[in-house]
Amino acid sequence: MIQLIVANLWLIPAAPLAVSLLILALSSSRRGSAAALAIAGQVIALVFATAAFLPTLQTPGYRALQNFVWFTFGDQPLRIGWVLDPLAAAMLMMITLVGLCIFVFSVGYMADDRNFTRFFSYLSFFSAAMLGLVIANSLLLLFVCWELVGLASYLLIGFWIERPSAAAAAKKAFITTRIGDIGFFLGILWLFGRTGTLVFYDDGRGCLENASLVALGATATFIALLIFCGAAGKSGQFPLHVWLPDAMEGPTPVSALIHAATMVAAGVFLVARVYPLFTLGGINGVTPSLTVVVWIGVITALMASLIALAQFDIKRILAYSTISQLGLMMVSLGVGGVAAGIMHLIAHGFFKALLFLGAGSVIHGCHHEQDIRKMGGLRWLMPITFLTYVVGMTNLTGFPFFFSGAWTKEEILHATGHWPVSHLPHYLMLAGVVLTALYMSRQIIYVFFGNGRGASEHAHESPSMMTMPLIVLAACSILFSIVATPAWSWLHAYLNGEPARFDLSLLVQPMLFVSAALVFGGIGFGIFIYRNVAETDPLAQKQPALFEFLQKKMWLDEFYRWTVVALGQLAAHISDLLDRYFWDGLVRAFAGLGQLFGIFTANFDERGINAGVDQTTAGARGLGRVMSAWHSGQVQTYLGVIAVGMLALLILYAWLT
Amino acid sequence: MTPTLQLFLTISAALFSIGLVAALSRRHAIFILIGIEMMLAAANLNFIAFWRFGPNPQQPTGVMVAIFSIAIAAAEAAVGLALVIAIYRHFRTTNVDQLNQLKG
Repeated sequence: MIQLIVANLWLIPAAPLAVSLLILALSSSRRGSAAALAIAGQVIALVFATAAFLPTLQTPGYRALQNFVWFTFGDQPLRIGWVLDPLAAAMLMMITLVGLCIFVFSVGYMADDRNFTRFFSYLSFFSAAMLGLVIANSLLLLFVCWELVGLASYLLIGFWIERPSAAAAAKKAFITTRIGDIGFFLGILWLFGRTGTLVFYDDGRGCLENASLVALGATATFIALLIFCGAAGKSGQFPLHVWLPDAMEGPTPVSALIHAATMVAAGVFLVARVYPLFTLGGINGVTPSLTVVVWIGVITALMASLIALAQFDIKRILAYSTISQLGLMMVSLGVGGVAAGIMHLIAHGFFKALLFLGAGSVIHGCHHEQDIRKMGGLRWLMPITFLTYVVGMTNLTGFPFFFSGAWTKEEILHATGHWPVSHLPHYLMLAGVVLTALYMSRQIIYVFFGNGRGASEHAHESPSMMTMPLIVLAACSILFSIVATPAWSWLHAYLNGEPARFDLSLLVQPMLFVSAALVFGGIGFGIFIYRNVAETDPLAQKQPALFEFLQKKMWLDEFYRWTVVALGQLAAHISDLLDRYFWDGLVRAFAGLGQLFGIFTANFDERGINAGVDQTTAGARGLGRVMSAWHSGQVQTYLGVIAVGMLALLILYAWLT
Repeated sequence: MTPTLQLFLTISAALFSIGLVAALSRRHAIFILIGIEMMLAAANLNFIAFWRFGPNPQQPTGVMVAIFSIAIAAAEAAVGLALVIAIYRHFRTTNVDQLNQLKG
């Protein structure tokens, strides 16, 4: 039974993939069938994922494999396969469930779009790629799906291709993640060179199992860091985070999909998947590579929360909050809290999808206005959106006690507190909690409270096709808290492969009260600062310079433009000059030589060979002219000549005889 | 003066030369035709002369050839005159100096 499930695990990504191709084959006017097909594909994936999830509940630390040879080059068989373990199963559930909500929401959100069917084809493709990535039991297969995810994100971010900004954002996302992928690919090659296998688990022969890890030795640090480059690119870690806010150019369901279920989750998942490479040779779970992960995560989390304070685009604020939450997850992975990081990833998947879909509903209601300064007072006009948005916001800020985000975030803070290297990340993360509470209160107050400012005056609640997914996601993120509490940390135990314990006393911890106090403080402070917002931001009035620094995203885009991009352009310019003047000059010189030779031969032909022929012809013509002059046409001349000829013949005859 | 072969041949040669000169020097097509007829007559005279002074003058072979020749000459003159008339109708002239189309 279990073997049957594992052997058919590929059906989970195959269903959305098949659907995606099927929709592409449909004509673009069959909107209803396209949406139905896409949702059906996602439902099939969800059913299969559930079927795969259930057996993993029975034994702690369950792991089932299915490996096979993909192809052989030389005498080296290249094996790929899929794995079913708690990590993969939990991710499968989250992706399919969140994906399904987003698909249903898209039916309403994209209802008026011209390229409705294409959108659903891409969405299904995105989902398929991410599901394939999760079940991969080979770094190679994972990398293939990884790139497919990148391709799908490119297609979807640039979905509105008629907007130049969308095309630019898609290109930016693709190229920026590609920079990280170069490192990732080098890491894969290095790993293959050292261990000769890319399969994760292979009954003792896989690259994450003891035999290979011993063979790796100290190089594991470098390989892990190279792989982390890829993860940093995909998960929007500093300094490769710049594409993520720009990715808001895509339709809002795409943003939800990228920020919650797919794409950015891939980086965190990758680090969790190859975690043995990171911990190899560490003392107390501290290794150089993990330390790098922690600090990158800390920088990312703080920087993004600060920038989020000064943004006015409703989706951009959420984008920066995603970056900061991803930083938090990376910190958690880095300090050894893998289960906590993945728990937060899953919880984040639910509530960030909820927030993005809520933002989509707001944008839809406000006739595609995204500037929060032009909204306000929406709480009565869009009550369902408002309530679900508040649920998302309380999850994100870590508001105790019934919201999953609170527990998972608390778990991460707990893990950072026990990091033996430094306590600085712990305190910085606590500051991050306050900042998160601050920017989320700011956003909520701007959007839902106060009086309407322009765009929100004619706002209306979205259709039930869009509010239903919001309600489902809100319910999920509240229910999810049941399995994430410290008192019965079932998910934590499940991911770590331990049996779950029930112990109410674990609820009472100093850390919990500290973070709760910080959240309350942050929200209260936020309400105090932003209690009567208007067109201008209170922070902008008090600290204009700081505000501008944050609003311009710490000038990082400009910094890149004047360094990396300028360098690239300089290189391009030099190559252009080289091409134009050096190589082209060389080619022109050869061309000139050829032309010169051509002129010589032409002259030889003209003067040498042709001249002889011309002379002969001229002679023949002259002869012809003389002969034709004799041919006068005068009959009597002819007769005379005949007579003279005959006379001559007679004389000759007489003379001879 | 007894008639000898030389006498006839001399007369024939003279007749031929007069005809030739006429054919070469006259500009009118009819006169050229007459010249040609004279040369034909000179040839017939030669036939008769060689028969009469030949080894077998009893059988009338020479006369027969001459009569045939004269018949052919008549037919030829008819063709010639028809040609002259056709040329005249076409070119509106019988002056052979102007009839110089016979060239390549």
